[in-house]
Amino acid sequence: MTALAITKPETSILPQRGGFFGRLSDSLWRHPKLLLFLMLTPPLLWLGIIYIGSLIALLLQSFFSIDDFSGMVNYEFTLDTYAQLLNPSNFDIIIRTILMAALVTVASALVAFPIAYYAARYAQGKWKALFYLGVMMPLWSSYLVKIYAWKLILAKEGILTWFFERFHLSWLLDGVLALPIVGGNSLSVSYLGTFIVFVYIWLPYMILPTQAALERVPGNLIEASADLGATPRQTFRTVLFPLALPGIVAGSIFTFSLTLGDYIIPQIIGSSRLFIGQAVYTQQGTAGNVPLAAAFSVVPIAIMAVYLWLAKRMGAFDAL
Amino acid sequence: MTSAVRFQKVSRHFGAVRAVDGVDLEIVPGEFFAMLGPSGSGKTTCLRLIAGFEQPTSGHIEIFGETAEGVPPYRRNVNTVFQDYALFPHLDILDNVAYGLMVKGVGKTERIKEAEKALELVKLPGYGSRRPGQLSGGQRQRVALARALVNKPRVLLLDEPLGALDLKLREQMQEELKSLQRALGITFIFVTHDQGEALSMADRVAVFNNGGIVQHGTPQDIYRRPKTRFVADFVGSSNVIAPDVMTALGGEKRWASLRPEAIHIAADGIEARVENASFLGAATRLAVETRGSRLHVMLPAGSDVPDIGTAIRLSWQQGDVHYMDDAA
Repeated sequence: MTALAITKPETSILPQRGGFFGRLSDSLWRHPKLLLFLMLTPPLLWLGIIYIGSLIALLLQSFFSIDDFSGMVNYEFTLDTYAQLLNPSNFDIIIRTILMAALVTVASALVAFPIAYYAARYAQGKWKALFYLGVMMPLWSSYLVKIYAWKLILAKEGILTWFFERFHLSWLLDGVLALPIVGGNSLSVSYLGTFIVFVYIWLPYMILPTQAALERVPGNLIEASADLGATPRQTFRTVLFPLALPGIVAGSIFTFSLTLGDYIIPQIIGSSRLFIGQAVYTQQGTAGNVPLAAAFSVVPIAIMAVYLWLAKRMGAFDAL
Repeated sequence: MTSAVRFQKVSRHFGAVRAVDGVDLEIVPGEFFAMLGPSGSGKTTCLRLIAGFEQPTSGHIEIFGETAEGVPPYRRNVNTVFQDYALFPHLDILDNVAYGLMVKGVGKTERIKEAEKALELVKLPGYGSRRPGQLSGGQRQRVALARALVNKPRVLLLDEPLGALDLKLREQMQEELKSLQRALGITFIFVTHDQGEALSMADRVAVFNNGGIVQHGTPQDIYRRPKTRFVADFVGSSNVIAPDVMTALGGEKRWASLRPEAIHIAADGIEARVENASFLGAATRLAVETRGSRLHVMLPAGSDVPDIGTAIRLSWQQGDVHYMDDAA
């Protein structure tokens, strides 16, 4: 064997790198907490003051009330504004929004799962790239453009109506539109239309976390389940679904909370009845009732808190 | 007697890759069978063909006389212990072990009783309420074993089950697996790339290379009479000697294998020079240079170990030289 040609170093400790940065590196290495402090302070200030601070300022407004005669905000602590939320007209808005958000979430989960499953378990190479492109591309285009496009698609003179006519299925579309509550004059002015556009707009937010969760399920767990005698259906129910649940819950947090807060989709597409987001918008804008707007905006936060608590209790985060 | 598993001209190709190519195989009921080979030799694919995770491209597979191709894994009375155990992370140990019974509709009280019995069998009584993440590698291995055995399979497949364990635990598990197999009388089929494991545990061994079986037989057979250079190289640490070196050493001009423990230091032998000596505990292995080739010599414990660089003389019985085919 030949000896390796290595020149032996003269010293065992190398000299400090020169200048200010050399000394800085050494002292930060000796005080790692200082480094952490320097790194975290700016973003925490941003998050704390600008983001959470303004949110708290908004929420404080909900404990004030508005003077009915002068229209001025009365800066005294009261729960009257919250009581107003229980007025039938306001309470209807809340129920309508929650129902819509829940249905949109369930539908998104049902549509997203097979797509996410395919992407996680089968797609490889360029097909995987195509999947990401297909899911993400709608997110890159303008939200308003997409919604107006949908308004045209769903309109009475739109391509969907034409499509149904073309295949002699007009009776089907008319039948659906004739349904009470969800139907209407055309899809673009019905709850069904609002629902379809919500599902379309928020779907990527459900697909991506579900896909990430499914990707983390080792393939051999699926094989082990089959090996132990479970049919594909049983494997789905007892292994795949429970392990994908954290991802589905993460996705549902997006779809549910985004639907709860959105005020543009129901304004452009759907019946003219209000959703929470629109209520906040009109109360703080045209109506000038900032306390009631603030109280309305507390509702989604409270609902999400309850939702997360329930999800945690159901064990949705156990597999994390 | 029907075979536990029978392969007739079984092939499994993945595109141009012939993972398994024309394998014939018969495994006797109740035996401990090892499939030994380097990675990519087709042994794991064979195991997956028996489990039903893969379907043969061509050929015929029988499990206890019944046709297996086209039958999904969940309809085979065959269970697998996976390489990395594949325990369900969201279920506790008891539910993991009882899983097979649960999906087959066995009542709760009965399956819990059976699962507890299985945990006792693998010496983990009382571990039922823990989660897989709370157990050590060796314990998880035992749970995986219990989870498979609770279904009373006709064939148990083990895919490199000891690969992730440390040496001491591995040796202990080897003995336990062997005595468990003897006690239960279930056919065990065991995939490994560790020749020591295969030789020490199996009743019969099949040596795989390039998607086919090169040689099968008892461990003694394969160790003493390797059919080809590949087997001699892969099984054990034999000296594989090229034909021209063999003539220089006074033998036939053919490929041969010579076990290191068959070579002795003797006053009237062939001259050699010690290049290296490794102390192995029960023996010392010398690497020596003789007539242009390098040999390994195993000296039993207690014998004098020559210094590195000294000249020694070596001899062996002609009967210990085993000639073999040149083929890989």
